[in-house]
Amino acid sequence: MLDDTDRRILRHYQHDPALGLTDLADAAGVTANTCARRLERLRTGGVILGNRAVIDWARLGYEVEVSLRAQLDKTNPRAFDEFTAAAREVPEVIEIQTFLGRVDLRLYVIARDMAHYQHIYRSAILTLPHITEIEALMHMARIKSDEGLPL
Amino acid sequence: MIELDETDRLILRELVEDATQSASALGRKLGLSQPATWRRVRRLYDTGVIKGQRLDLDRERLGFGVSVFLGVKLATKGRVSLEDFERAVSAIPEVQSVEHILGVFDYRLRVVARDISDFERVLRRRIMTLPGVGDVEANVLLSEERRPGPIG
Repeated sequence: MLDDTDRRILRHYQHDPALGLTDLADAAGVTANTCARRLERLRTGGVILGNRAVIDWARLGYEVEVSLRAQLDKTNPRAFDEFTAAAREVPEVIEIQTFLGRVDLRLYVIARDMAHYQHIYRSAILTLPHITEIEALMHMARIKSDEGLPL
Repeated sequence: MIELDETDRLILRELVEDATQSASALGRKLGLSQPATWRRVRRLYDTGVIKGQRLDLDRERLGFGVSVFLGVKLATKGRVSLEDFERAVSAIPEVQSVEHILGVFDYRLRVVARDISDFERVLRRRIMTLPGVGDVEANVLLSEERRPGPIG
């Protein structure tokens, strides 16, 4: 189980994952030794799954970001698996989420520009299996994106 | 726009897996010298190709069993300023992300909660009371998978 010290460390680490061990320990008010030990335990215990670099796709020339909400043919028991497997083959799909609700699936697609998006949409998305309905939402702005947990 | 070569892309993929790897460990993996690796990593950060780092936590182990995406339509467009809504919604700790979108909804929120009844509390007390909120559609997240994207 996690105690207050773990939570405090996680709160600071989550806020700034680029912090080095000593800075993190200082921020959380623990010694570097304690901090290292706690982090190790959180990692081996599977609480911390990773510390990952976040790519700014716009810098790499991908200016368009579209979220596609799809509904699948639920009469086919293989629909989810087959759709997901095929979506993984599309390099421009950077996220796949499944839901309980009106929407079954969401694909996050990036493209260089609208023409490129049109091309991906026609050649790689509409050809995905078992889609009954698909709807595109264009991203305008990201207002909050830290995805931090209220620890 | 920043052009990447094959080695840059390999480094980028590695750092998306684990951003804490040292330049020497990374260099050994890819058969590059430590200084050469360091220079390439530095460039990825300096040019903003890597815009930051994200701590990937197991939400369930931390007691957050439910993630919900909410599509929110504003009811009284023009009368309530978007800035007021954005400021108020961003201040809610359970709201992890806020995106302004174009389509059937105006905003998409990602909300985390301990369980469904905790989610209901957040929805009723915090979200539905926001200035200008109209239709809200909720979809409970079952699974999510981040893909490497077109750098493979």
